[in-house]
Amino acid sequence: MGAVMTAGLGMAPAATAAGHPLKKGLKVFVVPKNLGNSYFTTADSVKSGGALAALKALGEQGQETSGTADSPSSQLPVIQADLSKGANALVISATDPTALCPTLNAAMKRGVVVVTYDSDAPACRSLFINQASPQGIGAVEVDILAKELHNQGQIAVVSASASDTNQNTWIGYMKTELKKYPKMKLVSIVYGNDDTATSTQVTQGLLSRYPNLKGIISPTTVGIAAAAAVLDTAKYRGKVKLTGLGTPDEMKKYVADGTVQAFALWNPASLGYLAAYAAVELASHSITNAKGQSFTAGKLGKFTVGAGHTVLLGPPFVFNKSNINKFNF
Amino acid sequence: MSGAMGAINATVPPAAPSGPDARRLVDVVLRARELGIVAALAALVIVTTALEPRFLDSQNIEFILSNTTIFAFLAVGEAMVVISRNVDLSVGSVLGLSAYLSSNLFTQVHGIPVPLVFLVGLAIGLVCGVLNGAVVAIGRVPSLVVTLASLYIIRGVDVWVVGGGQVVANNLPSSFLSIGTSSIGPVPVMALGVGAVVAVASYYMKKFRSGRELYAIGSNPDAAVLAGLRTGRRVFVAFAVSGAIAGLAGVLWAADYGTIDSTAGTNYELQVVAAVVVGGVAIFGGSGTIAGAALGALLLESINTALYVLGVSPFWDSAIAGFLLIVAIALDKGISTRLTGALRKRNLQYGT
Repeated sequence: MGAVMTAGLGMAPAATAAGHPLKKGLKVFVVPKNLGNSYFTTADSVKSGGALAALKALGEQGQETSGTADSPSSQLPVIQADLSKGANALVISATDPTALCPTLNAAMKRGVVVVTYDSDAPACRSLFINQASPQGIGAVEVDILAKELHNQGQIAVVSASASDTNQNTWIGYMKTELKKYPKMKLVSIVYGNDDTATSTQVTQGLLSRYPNLKGIISPTTVGIAAAAAVLDTAKYRGKVKLTGLGTPDEMKKYVADGTVQAFALWNPASLGYLAAYAAVELASHSITNAKGQSFTAGKLGKFTVGAGHTVLLGPPFVFNKSNINKFNF
Repeated sequence: MSGAMGAINATVPPAAPSGPDARRLVDVVLRARELGIVAALAALVIVTTALEPRFLDSQNIEFILSNTTIFAFLAVGEAMVVISRNVDLSVGSVLGLSAYLSSNLFTQVHGIPVPLVFLVGLAIGLVCGVLNGAVVAIGRVPSLVVTLASLYIIRGVDVWVVGGGQVVANNLPSSFLSIGTSSIGPVPVMALGVGAVVAVASYYMKKFRSGRELYAIGSNPDAAVLAGLRTGRRVFVAFAVSGAIAGLAGVLWAADYGTIDSTAGTNYELQVVAAVVVGGVAIFGGSGTIAGAALGALLLESINTALYVLGVSPFWDSAIAGFLLIVAIALDKGISTRLTGALRKRNLQYGT
């Protein structure tokens, strides 16, 4: 809190109608699920225009910290260290919906702002920045696959870890959407733990176990890239359809050679940017987390807090052969 | 301990009639140990195939072999290190660093020849292995500590160098990616290459003096020194080889998976040590074979795949691997106790 005095009040760039101008010099820690994950690098880095870019533009002290494994036991010590360094706000993608809560709730009691993005921990944050509505994400993947499969055949899901909040929510909505396609049957959900080697193995296991498998949905960037590499052989290319959530860079080869026709994602950099903006707005008491509060997130425009203290980024975007080369992340 | 007797018998002229007899006994026991792994593998295949005939589908065999390849390759270097009564925990991190740095060359130097990339991977691994070996052999620091430290340091360097970057399949030439996907029948080309390495390394460890000396060092380091063996140099070379193999394995990993970030090879060290021990290499050195270690990797990977094919929770995978480790260690202990007893009895009988 002591770092605020450097900013002249009159110079605050983005005073909003709601109240206080934005503070500068806030210590904001961005905590992705793990480091070295290209999706989060895009969401967080200055180069891609993510969370740290927003913090830099606002004059805050932004830093990205996390463990190297996608697990609460790896993420929690990092969050605790951030708090002991005097964090004013945390922007977190939760590795577990509940395991982080004792620490995060204690921090919030002391006035630290907690904003989740990408993966939520509903019981212990002020706001969740939702990349796209879970219904929208679940539905778009099923719809892509249904179109490619002419609405029929066995399908399976290659997910990340069994405890991931967002994965499980999306898979739930996939099941709902599948009711529209009675001839498509979800035969298995397997977990690759967002690890390339494990995702490869579970995909191979699906192919061996279900010789009539026609389609795979992998709602995680590591999983879809690993699954694409498995299917990228003469035997499977185009015969087992693959879709899910992927980054354009990772999927370019597989879209070009026909292993994958279409997949979805939002812009992770916009997600991180919006989350960082929201955290600064909250930490500056410019907005509260109440429904109907609104703020302008720089280049992204105006957003309004919705039900359940969430802010929605927008609808998912579908990448295919015609547009993929316009994107570089 | 059993191999120790064999090793010392092999280097010391057989002074007593017990020599050939004992050696035959040792040979039988060693062979029995590998036969045990083969038997376990056969039992697994029979049971799994009975439950799910597609387990023996040629596509599935290709999957198993392709997933075994990198672990079996790493197990070659690891077995040499473990036989010398050391351990190399840094192999997963070395693999990760090499996988990124070598494959990233394709994005930086257009048209770089694939063999050169393999050489770079080998060099990265060799540097790591030489550093490990130097600290262990010259500094006389326990290898568990040294390689635990290098596990973290090298992974740290990897995360630092890679940041959130990655190499994606689109940036890799198809001639490189085809190394990971091409196969002859159900046998991946990569597996054939690693099979050849296993054969050469097995022959070396069995027939070459320097190979036998690794057994002698592992079975009794003090005696090895007294016998005039250059223990430091041998252990150093074992670490250098393990590092070089991990470096090459990193390039293979990149060709196999096509998407490389800083997490490649995480936790591989424990899977490799598990494969080596399940494959009959005593964790306290002195006995076991390279072929056994490679078979251990094949057994663990087959169990893994069997569980996926049968749709069993992957939780059981870890549990079964742990159970096998205990069986392997118990067998080892049992065999060495009996063998020592049997040899002593013979020596008493014939006199020495």
